Amino acid sequence: MLKVEEQQPVVFSSALTVKFDDLTSRYPEGKQKSALLPILHEVQAELGWLSANAMDQVAAYLKIEPIEVYEVASFYSMYFLKPQGKYVLEVCRTGPCCLVGAEKLMDHIGETLGVKENEVTADGLFSWRGVECLAACGFGPVLQIGPEYTFYENLDEQKVDTLIEELRKK
Amino acid sequence: MARKLLLEHINVPGINTLDVYRQKGGYRAVEKALKTLSPDDVVEEVKKSGLRGRGGAGFPTGMKWSFLAKPEGVARYLVCNADESEPGTFKDRYLMTYIPHALIEGMIVASYALGAKTSYIYVRGEMMPQIRILERAIAEAKAAGFLGKNILGTGYDLELYVQPGGGAYICGEETALLESLEGKRGNPRIKPPFPAIAGLYGCPTVVNNVESIAAVVPIINDGGEEYAKIGIGRSTGTKLISASGNLVKPGVYEIELGLPVEEFIYSDEYCGGIANGKRLKATVAGGSSVPVLPANLTLKLANGDPRLMSYESLSEGGFATGTMMGSGGFIAFDEDQCIVRNTWNFSRFYHHESCGQCSPCREGTGWMEKVLHRLEHGHGKMSDIDLLVDVSKKIEGNTICPLGDAAAWPVASAIRHFRDEFEWHVREPLKSQETNYGIAKYAEPIAKAEVTTDN
Repeated sequence: MLKVEEQQPVVFSSALTVKFDDLTSRYPEGKQKSALLPILHEVQAELGWLSANAMDQVAAYLKIEPIEVYEVASFYSMYFLKPQGKYVLEVCRTGPCCLVGAEKLMDHIGETLGVKENEVTADGLFSWRGVECLAACGFGPVLQIGPEYTFYENLDEQKVDTLIEELRKK
Repeated sequence: MARKLLLEHINVPGINTLDVYRQKGGYRAVEKALKTLSPDDVVEEVKKSGLRGRGGAGFPTGMKWSFLAKPEGVARYLVCNADESEPGTFKDRYLMTYIPHALIEGMIVASYALGAKTSYIYVRGEMMPQIRILERAIAEAKAAGFLGKNILGTGYDLELYVQPGGGAYICGEETALLESLEGKRGNPRIKPPFPAIAGLYGCPTVVNNVESIAAVVPIINDGGEEYAKIGIGRSTGTKLISASGNLVKPGVYEIELGLPVEEFIYSDEYCGGIANGKRLKATVAGGSSVPVLPANLTLKLANGDPRLMSYESLSEGGFATGTMMGSGGFIAFDEDQCIVRNTWNFSRFYHHESCGQCSPCREGTGWMEKVLHRLEHGHGKMSDIDLLVDVSKKIEGNTICPLGDAAAWPVASAIRHFRDEFEWHVREPLKSQETNYGIAKYAEPIAKAEVTTDN
């Protein structure tokens, strides 16, 4: 699947390249590579994930080698290197959230969506995964949904069901 | 009521806007610092305040600032560490969400003190909503003349930018953060050189936690000496504590350092006790990296005196009977929680977050996770317990950055204080899948030590 997707051409919209220009202006001359992480967020927000073609184009824009983009994209947990559901439910699975029921909630999400962690539903709408501490431990269980990274706190099964229903209707 | 310096106005409607923030006395510190104090005066006030780094290390902020090299013609940088990722810690997210101008104001004053013309706030990537909040606040401050060229007509120029991370706990380590800000993988650098000499782009750089920078505002407004009057001993001022786990009222609390731990957990002003009428079994007092303590040693020192929320009191007794203040991430475990399961969970976290540079951490965190997994799931052997201690000792102190120590300490301390619970998992592999070990002896009160006289 990855291979097929890779061959699809990627064209960045002019709105996106305007954002890139703004981002690179924040650093001293010659240090434009600093914009790499924010630019990858922008690309992922637009395309849903980071294909090799997209990363190559980012490298060309920043005048760096493609490997410099790949090594960063594969290091950080927020970047998706394969296609995801339209909505990726990322549930905190670290200690404090588990004290208040995060593990049960992940089981429930898996059952409700009918897919395992990191799998995409047949309609392409959802995928889900456990992620490490999201710095909201007092309000757990919590989950986030990109690319806005909207936060949902103090969750229980009913609240998650409602959320999934609302996203389906969108 | 305890004094509040950071969260005093947190419930004022619109405090996230510049107008309301200014009505409540906001940006006075910028006016005072830029118009009446020299940069060195500002550093001096912060030194006098006794403020210690609020991100976890507890290093005196004023001293850190005074180490900054100032070679002619070389840019200097201030970078705010808002990569808050330590499990149990969520105070910086809270502060940035509700009172973003407190951080912006602190950044302006601190940048002035350090002679930085460009400063960055490195926010963990997952906090996109907070990034948008900060960017809006920066735009407001700039429109009002607190940022940009010739701030308040003083001739001081400052540009302030927000930089998102990509989701990596390791970037809370200051040199990994700088690598990330340069657009690279978050691999910590070998020190020396320290960032004060060669930091961002090889230039002298100070990296400070969000709360440390926000605390500069009351320090400048009221004076370092006034700030130092709050607190106890070398733990001056107030501290944001993130309270989570099985508490009646989890959340972010600003405390005066020196508050008894017992009062923090049980009083209605703070956490309101343990949820669902349960009893307290254990705590992690300063974020997942610090040693876990049983309930009795949480509330009392080994000599029976009350333990206080201060850098010194929390670490009283060393690792034998104490813990650390860390980042102030206070996690409470009730009597139904399994220490083995939680230790496995934390080990999985450190294994996931190890950057992979140093073999002891890259391999050791994985081994600890695996061994703890089999103990928790009923396949453990008695020898696994000592194996864990052995692995943790081989990680500790043998890595470039403190993530190795942070991974080793929770495991070592869990076995130090809860060994019988680990042994029970081995002896009762089936039972431990269905029920938990319970509170056992972990809440038994510690007797006050008899006062002996040496004559």
